[in-house]
Amino acid sequence: MTRLLSFLALVALVPGAVHAAPEPIKVGALIAVTGPAALLGAPEARTLEMRVQELNAKGGVGGRPIQLVLKDTGGSPEKAVSFARQLIEEERVFAIIGPTTSGESMAVKGIAEEGKTLLLSLAAAEAIVNPVLPHVFKVAPKDSLAVELIFQRMQRMGITRLGLLSSNTGFGKGGKEQVEKLAPQYGISIVVNEVYDKNATDLSAEVTKMKAAGVQALLNWSIEPAQSIVLKNARQMQLGVPLFQSHGFANVQYARAAGGAAEGVIFPASRIVVADQLPASNPQKPVVEAYRKAYEARYKEDVSTFGGHAWDAFGILVKAIEQVGPDRVKVRAAVEEMKGFVGTAGVFNFSPTDHNGLDIGAFELCTVRNGRFAPLGG
Amino acid sequence: MTLDLALQYLVAGLTYGAIYAVVAIGFNIVYSATGIINFAQGEFVMLGGMIAVQLAPSMPLPAAIALAVAASAAVGALVEVAFIRWLRKPTVLRMVVITIGVSILLREGALVLWGEGVRSLPYFTGDEVTSVAIGGARVSPQVFWVLGTVAVIVVLLEWFYRRTLLGWEMQACAANRDAAALCGVPVRRLVTFSFALAAAIGALAGAVVSPITYTSYAAGGPLAIKGFTVAILGGLGNSGGAVAAGLALGVVESFAVSVLPAAYKDVVTLTLLLAVLVVRPSGLFASGEAARLKEF
Amino acid sequence: MAGFRLPAPARVALLAVLVVAVQLATQATGKGFYLTQLTMTAYYALAVLGLSLLMGYAGQISLGQAGFFAIGGYTAAFFSTVDLASQRGGAAAALATRVGLLVSRPDLYGGTTLGVNPWVGLVLGVALAAGVAFAVGVPVLRLRGHYLAMATLAFGTIVSAVVVGTQRLGAADGISGVPPFPFLPGLRVGGGGADRVANFYVAWGLVGLAMLLLGNLVRSRTGRALRAIHGAEDAARAMGVDAARLKVRVFVLAAAMAAAAGVLLTHYVGGIGPSEASVMKSVRYVAMVAVGGMGSLWGALSAAAVLEFLSLRGVFGAHDDAVFGGILLLVMLFSPDGILKLPARGLLDRLRHRPARPGEGS
Repeated sequence: MTRLLSFLALVALVPGAVHAAPEPIKVGALIAVTGPAALLGAPEARTLEMRVQELNAKGGVGGRPIQLVLKDTGGSPEKAVSFARQLIEEERVFAIIGPTTSGESMAVKGIAEEGKTLLLSLAAAEAIVNPVLPHVFKVAPKDSLAVELIFQRMQRMGITRLGLLSSNTGFGKGGKEQVEKLAPQYGISIVVNEVYDKNATDLSAEVTKMKAAGVQALLNWSIEPAQSIVLKNARQMQLGVPLFQSHGFANVQYARAAGGAAEGVIFPASRIVVADQLPASNPQKPVVEAYRKAYEARYKEDVSTFGGHAWDAFGILVKAIEQVGPDRVKVRAAVEEMKGFVGTAGVFNFSPTDHNGLDIGAFELCTVRNGRFAPLGG
Repeated sequence: MTLDLALQYLVAGLTYGAIYAVVAIGFNIVYSATGIINFAQGEFVMLGGMIAVQLAPSMPLPAAIALAVAASAAVGALVEVAFIRWLRKPTVLRMVVITIGVSILLREGALVLWGEGVRSLPYFTGDEVTSVAIGGARVSPQVFWVLGTVAVIVVLLEWFYRRTLLGWEMQACAANRDAAALCGVPVRRLVTFSFALAAAIGALAGAVVSPITYTSYAAGGPLAIKGFTVAILGGLGNSGGAVAAGLALGVVESFAVSVLPAAYKDVVTLTLLLAVLVVRPSGLFASGEAARLKEF
Repeated sequence: MAGFRLPAPARVALLAVLVVAVQLATQATGKGFYLTQLTMTAYYALAVLGLSLLMGYAGQISLGQAGFFAIGGYTAAFFSTVDLASQRGGAAAALATRVGLLVSRPDLYGGTTLGVNPWVGLVLGVALAAGVAFAVGVPVLRLRGHYLAMATLAFGTIVSAVVVGTQRLGAADGISGVPPFPFLPGLRVGGGGADRVANFYVAWGLVGLAMLLLGNLVRSRTGRALRAIHGAEDAARAMGVDAARLKVRVFVLAAAMAAAAGVLLTHYVGGIGPSEASVMKSVRYVAMVAVGGMGSLWGALSAAAVLEFLSLRGVFGAHDDAVFGGILLLVMLFSPDGILKLPARGLLDRLRHRPARPGEGS
């Protein structure tokens, strides 16, 4: 029985909150830093840490520093649930940024609402904010916006037969659903529709299938290295049709990895990745340039859309606190009424019926020219 | 299915099958010498690719690969010395669990060292868009490098086992460890050597295939599963069987995509593994007699 | 703890006292939120106990325990979230509702859904897991050594792949919105903060019950036969023990316990994701059994309680997997009989390269 008693001792030893002055504002974060969504979550975590440090160096918000309590959920909903309760009830965080994935967000949104804690999800699924729960918001644009942008271009190019590839992650699944739903509206039929494993290292069999079916364009929806692999497979096999990607491609490491095979690929992206090529009149330019410079200088790696979501969530939260002070009820209302917030993902306009605040202007259709990202234009 | 398409599937299947075969051979080398299935074999393949990529910017490509192979061999030997060597009469249970633990540690170590990003070596010849025509199919030249490397590995190993003293000693070790020890074979050192050799082979394969597939810290796990599926299919300890089974599995997987949703590709492999374990655990190519004598 | 053994019922009673003490302590110190993680820990512990029986007493290694856990959890999640409201008018639906198979429930947004009674999910989940365990176990448990490890590894990976690849099961996002489980009138597994204390007692009550039943099993003739198999299978067979059948039975029992645990945890958390089926989870369960000592149910329980609780609180941070891998490695290297039977003297001897004295374990 000593074993069980020692367990009790451990419980008692876990330290409770220690209060020091000036009292910091605790902001919780549920991020999938490791695991299958690491390519999304790791940049998000790094961005948050960077912003918190920057802000605290300037004195914090209203004289109070921000204390970031970041939990790595590994992308699993049960961990997200456990940590969500911990953040809300034990750490008594002011608000929660995250979770990274749609699956986790769906699992914790009820808990956040029950705990009357503001939740700023970084995931894309529409179901997170539809129907609307008062405390649940999301800052990532919905996949349907990206899909519509792609389909508008495809329609102009006269494409009617599409080959769709998606990975078996939440990201891939979300995109696939929207593609299937919206394709008929643009007169596009999906003649090949394949889901591959996220660890897939070769997609030549799938591309072969597409060649056999005579597709007029290939669309790949994933965040994995498979994005680069499929480009190489398609070019080596001389598939000969336009290649489209999701906004998961919006990290220049994928273009580099695919080398020459990435030339001419078309994909939607937030304006972070083409920050230097935006016209000076674009309201987002100063914001995305600042983020990109800071992130690349500090972490010596390329920015991605997903880190930008964390930037936006944090910025929205801080602005609301600056406006009305650290009062939970007031801040929630302030976020809900926020208009014209210029973020990396677009310009946010929240309302009681729209807890996402982004429209199709959020994305910019981009391509790869000479190994660099550029707005597609035209 | 036209001939061209079939050819395309076939070439893709052979490429991957060759890699699975190499991983399986790595399993076999260690198994023959020690009776242990080393679950960390997949990580050795991953290390080969990762270390080579780390070194590639600072030296000519062949040098980077050679160093990566040597480094992985060193890691393999280290694993054996640190975790396996001094155990006395370990049970199978214990060995299985220990190698699983080692594979987890190697993976997490790679995550800490290199982060979660993916990396690859540059193509040995050509680049991402070059391709060569075989009949109506088009393949990257790297495929030939992969197949060629695997063929060379297999041939060299054959020569090693049959024509060198060291090879004979290892065969003696595999057949009956105690008898070999009594005959003066330095069993303990050979065990270490077998780990190093398996790691070196895995690393070479990992480096040569990385332009096609990329590696990342978690690349070892799925490879290991495919690898020991092939090792079991071909019969544990039977390298010829491993090659045949590897190529066969690669081709079957590749053609399966034409009929099944690609999402279930792995399920096909695993169900095959389960079926073989249940029906014919000695593998498709081993004689039932010999297999029954060997407890593993 | 050589020499002093409490009789089993007394141990369970002591566990009960401890559980109550912990709950009162958390209440007194205002740390009631610990109960959530402690409750989750209890359900994971049930899966670990089943595995402990299999590994410790029957000496078989299973790397697929998480697969069975997921079978239970996903069955429960699927059936309790499927909405048959469209069938509401039909005769079959009416009959089923009267019998209690279908239940009407308000959903999160103000409508009502017609769902399947969670008990159905529980029974089906456990039955499915047991059935699969039987089908896999009968042929594979004839083999020895690595084969079962690989077969269960393959099985676990298949479950993981199927669950991630199937749209109906939520694919990568899993299934959420799982309602609470109506355990007894007025007592349910799941729900919000208000049910927290009740949930805690239900969970640990089930653990106590499991300890009683498993303890009885271990001390019975079956248990002795199991230990005989573990020790020396051929000798046991020579003495008339039907080893194959016994091993299959224990395998099925372990699978059933894991599935039941999966069902209850899913209802408690309100959902399940593909990570519950992953091989890493199976490895964690093995690690906890190893730490607690292969032949000790109470050891496994203690190890599970401590390790899983710490993990759920995020103490291991981003290196969760590495910690369990490392623990597993260390335990297997130095103390394969479990941390609590650390052969101190034998260990020192080994370090000094002295042959161990007879009677010391290796």
